[in-house]
Amino acid sequence: MSMCRPVVVAGLVALVSVATALPSHAQLPTYGLGRAPTGKEIKDWDVTIPSDGRGLPPGSGTAALGKTIFSARCASCHGESGDDAKYGRLAGGQGTLTTDKPLLTVGSFWPYATTLWSYINRAQPLDDPGSLPPDQVYAVTAYLLYLNGIVGEHDVIDARTLPQVKMPNRSGFVPDPRPDVEKPPKTKKR
Amino acid sequence: MDHLALDPELPSRKPSRRRFMKSGVAFGAAALVVGAARPAPADAQSPGEPMPAPDDPSKVLGGPRRPYGERSRFETAIRKAFRGKTDEVGPIMTPLQDLHGIITPSALHFNVNRGGVPDIEPRKHRLLIHGMVDRPVILTIDDIKRLPSVSRILFIECAGNTSSEWRAAALKTVQGTHGLTSCSEWSGVPLSLLLREAGVQKGATWIVAEGADATGNERSIPMAKAMDDILVAYGQNGEALRPENGYPLRLVVPGWEGNVNVKWLRRVTVVDRPYMTRMETAAHTSLMPDGKARQFLFVMEAKSVITFPSGDQRLSGPGFYEVTGLAWSGRGLVRRVEVSTDAGKTWRDAALQEPVLRLAHTRFRFPWRWDGREAVLQSRCTDETGYVQPALADLVKVRGLNSIYFNNAIQSWRVAADGSVHNVHV
Repeated sequence: MSMCRPVVVAGLVALVSVATALPSHAQLPTYGLGRAPTGKEIKDWDVTIPSDGRGLPPGSGTAALGKTIFSARCASCHGESGDDAKYGRLAGGQGTLTTDKPLLTVGSFWPYATTLWSYINRAQPLDDPGSLPPDQVYAVTAYLLYLNGIVGEHDVIDARTLPQVKMPNRSGFVPDPRPDVEKPPKTKKR
Repeated sequence: MDHLALDPELPSRKPSRRRFMKSGVAFGAAALVVGAARPAPADAQSPGEPMPAPDDPSKVLGGPRRPYGERSRFETAIRKAFRGKTDEVGPIMTPLQDLHGIITPSALHFNVNRGGVPDIEPRKHRLLIHGMVDRPVILTIDDIKRLPSVSRILFIECAGNTSSEWRAAALKTVQGTHGLTSCSEWSGVPLSLLLREAGVQKGATWIVAEGADATGNERSIPMAKAMDDILVAYGQNGEALRPENGYPLRLVVPGWEGNVNVKWLRRVTVVDRPYMTRMETAAHTSLMPDGKARQFLFVMEAKSVITFPSGDQRLSGPGFYEVTGLAWSGRGLVRRVEVSTDAGKTWRDAALQEPVLRLAHTRFRFPWRWDGREAVLQSRCTDETGYVQPALADLVKVRGLNSIYFNNAIQSWRVAADGSVHNVHV
């Protein structure tokens, strides 16, 4: 019996130290580091919106409402109709992609309307990013789609309708074919 | 689109006069203390002129020890912005013509910022890994630094590097034409380690990485690359990342376009498809002559450029010059660099300076005796896959003139008979 005791104690010590090194909430099992995020933390941080609209919040807006918000919050940089070239024109350009001077805009180039929502939501206005509440983001998105002739002035844009918006250049993208340039004739090492 | 705008060169920022004055006064004061006031007192200087250094520095007590070093007050190499919409938004480029070896000093590493440089307290910063994983996790910077780390010397090049040069030889200097590439030693934890620990679920094929800047830059990256060689880096050239380069945490994605090397990293979401973010749809896609745009172009193909002699420099006269420059490939090792001094009619091999490292800048050197007549200098590199850096005309033949990104064409510098060096298309 007395022979066994040190072994038991050693075993207990080992157990205790393992338990200390690996607290029950540790999320990196090999290293015992990190903690699990709460549902709220994930919800607050995960603002990326994929093209199927998963994660879009409640709320809605129309181009008619968006025009007012755009005028107050966006037009000083982008112009009243999104056509100030300094910050990149936001409207027009459809039919120019095969010309010498292609004009790449939301309407002529962007493949998904959800991208527009996601970017305005996180990054605009430049000097006050993330300040527009969801209803206003929907409305400004609707206004830019309207300026490009993609939705009507009174169409309601929300979590259900936004992913269904058919962007004109939706099928305009191809995968990387590189290397795409022929090799020059080999020269001798010298 | 913003990347199309090419403003005229902004005036370069002059080094602050006040700083010169201050260091001049400090040197002057030190000199007075030892009673050997060789430099004239500050008030005898013409206003705004820096204090001259002593004629014989060995006869004057030097300056004090400094807790954090600065370069000599006589060194003036600076990053330069050639375009940009505001002070906060746009690229600022590395003075490649002023660099030695393969490492870019952190203070001169190029950067492109869409929402300014965020001010982040590392104690408050967190990395969230979640989505299609068994164990979503929040890690502090201290947690990450405790994990097994690696250090690697890697170049990062912006996909828009050399985008000004498609139609014409537009910018004068190599800083303008090629200054959106830099090379650092990066230290951090392999992303694959973090993903394995979090337990990537079946069916997960991409990650979305997001930064904590004002635009929340986010990029989709294929899982195969995430499990291969990406670093979650906290160190750059032996110290913490610089704020412009992602402090306190960034992705380093070896060989891939700068924009996916997400700075100020705060979130990695494991997903089953690319998320079609702005920077992988509206930008960083390359329009072809048929109106289709190439998407998810990640690899930076092999490229090289001569940094001396280069645009806007002047050779003092005929004689010996060592031609030198940088070569790199997003597909691995640089195997060969050739130099031409006759606009590509004949080529000779340059020497590759050791160490030659995969996915890092490689320094090449080429001895040249200038005969005083007009010459056109070019370099072209071949990487370990056998890919040879193309001529601009060959790129344009395939891609047209509106693809913006991934211009890895051979660069030409014309040395005129008066020794002046010019950016030219040949």
